[in-house]
Amino acid sequence: MARSAKAEDLTKVYGERKALDNISLDIEGGKILALVGLNGSGKTTLLRIIAGLEEPTRGSILVDSTKMASHELRKIATLIFQRTAIFNTSVFENVAFGLRIRNLAKSEIEKRVSEALSAVGLAGFARRKAKRLSGGEQQRVALARAFAVNSDILLLDEPTANLDPANSMAVEGIINRLRDERTHTMVLSTHNLHQARRLSDRIAHIHYGRILEAAKPDQFFKNPSNEITQKFVNGELQF
Amino acid sequence: MFETLLEAFRQALGLILSGDPEVLAVTLRSLYISGLATLFSCMWGLPLAVAIGLASFLGKRIVRGFFNALLGIPTVALGLILYLLFSKSGPLSIFQLLYTPLGISLGQSVLITPIVVSFAASAVEATDVELKDLARTLGASDLQTSITMVREAIWGIVLAVIGSFNRGIAELGIAMMIGGNIRYVTRVLTTSIALETARGEIAFSIALAIILMTIVFAITGVINLLRRE
Repeated sequence: MARSAKAEDLTKVYGERKALDNISLDIEGGKILALVGLNGSGKTTLLRIIAGLEEPTRGSILVDSTKMASHELRKIATLIFQRTAIFNTSVFENVAFGLRIRNLAKSEIEKRVSEALSAVGLAGFARRKAKRLSGGEQQRVALARAFAVNSDILLLDEPTANLDPANSMAVEGIINRLRDERTHTMVLSTHNLHQARRLSDRIAHIHYGRILEAAKPDQFFKNPSNEITQKFVNGELQF
Repeated sequence: MFETLLEAFRQALGLILSGDPEVLAVTLRSLYISGLATLFSCMWGLPLAVAIGLASFLGKRIVRGFFNALLGIPTVALGLILYLLFSKSGPLSIFQLLYTPLGISLGQSVLITPIVVSFAASAVEATDVELKDLARTLGASDLQTSITMVREAIWGIVLAVIGSFNRGIAELGIAMMIGGNIRYVTRVLTTSIALETARGEIAFSIALAIILMTIVFAITGVINLLRRE
């Protein structure tokens, strides 16, 4: 059973700047929630807090109605970064990293790495130097690395932002397959409204640290209740 | 002049190739003393470098600045300070380190510690900060994250260690002032080159200089090769 999550009254302040302003948001188990918004709207900050990489100034994250501390969140949620971060080692070692941290047996590590690489279309790449792969391949390694640890919650921060159309489609295909399994709960941040529509079960519009609208894709695009969201959807929203 | 130099080179190569026991002894002693100095400096310098590279703390810039300033310390000045500390009337005289190989090793380790600290800390700092978050989001503890960051910076750290060894084996001031250039005891490559040159034994000096430079270039070359691999 996929786990549900909830952001409850989240506020994050950096110095004088409020990155998140009293956000509350439900994330349904086994579904994909897309976070859309302008640059600097707070999407990445929200993902980092759900991932347990940042402490909120106020508020909390609940998973299956239980309040979670950051270190607990890091055990069940994995963030895939916008700018692909790759360890300077082989593809195998990159994907195996989280499994070694969990002290799994060697045979189990080999099995899960192999499965994860196959899932992202990189079977046969295990011995290659990860940093020598193309941007698209590196992003797929990042996805495989996150799949391998089998986190309950997958957080994808602009997973296709730096990829060409072909690689973007490949990555979307992987996310789609994962969505069909309904075993993971996913939050996807994206600038790409079409991508949000294609992939997500629900879309939340975040604007200057506030959630203005959260609705199913059809309603979000056809009949948004918030005026700013309407402008955003129509491409009329200025910085 | 050119003929004389050529002849000296010929003799020097002869000394090296014939395995002259004096040349061999001085070379091995140099490697041992500077190797030990590098080991000492790594023992206290690397943990400090990693801490500086990974942690944010009040006064970090002052600590960095202190070690950076010590990078260019003249070896004779440091040799003099250590001589005063180790000499009979000095506060560390009870350890009887003056004119001993261990004394030179300790002196050289003080000299090269700033190299280890500054360069290794820079290598750790230069590692992609997102890797820290990546390790954490994949479930690594703080210690596992730190180990991961050090591993990512490993070649920079190795270069810092090699650079410090090269500085140690090539320095003269400390070896001369703390070691006293005593034959069969504290005579190392640099002090021997200085002495033999002063005595007019140019071939012997050249032989030692060739060995010294070969050691320095060979170690650096091997590391570069491994790094490329």
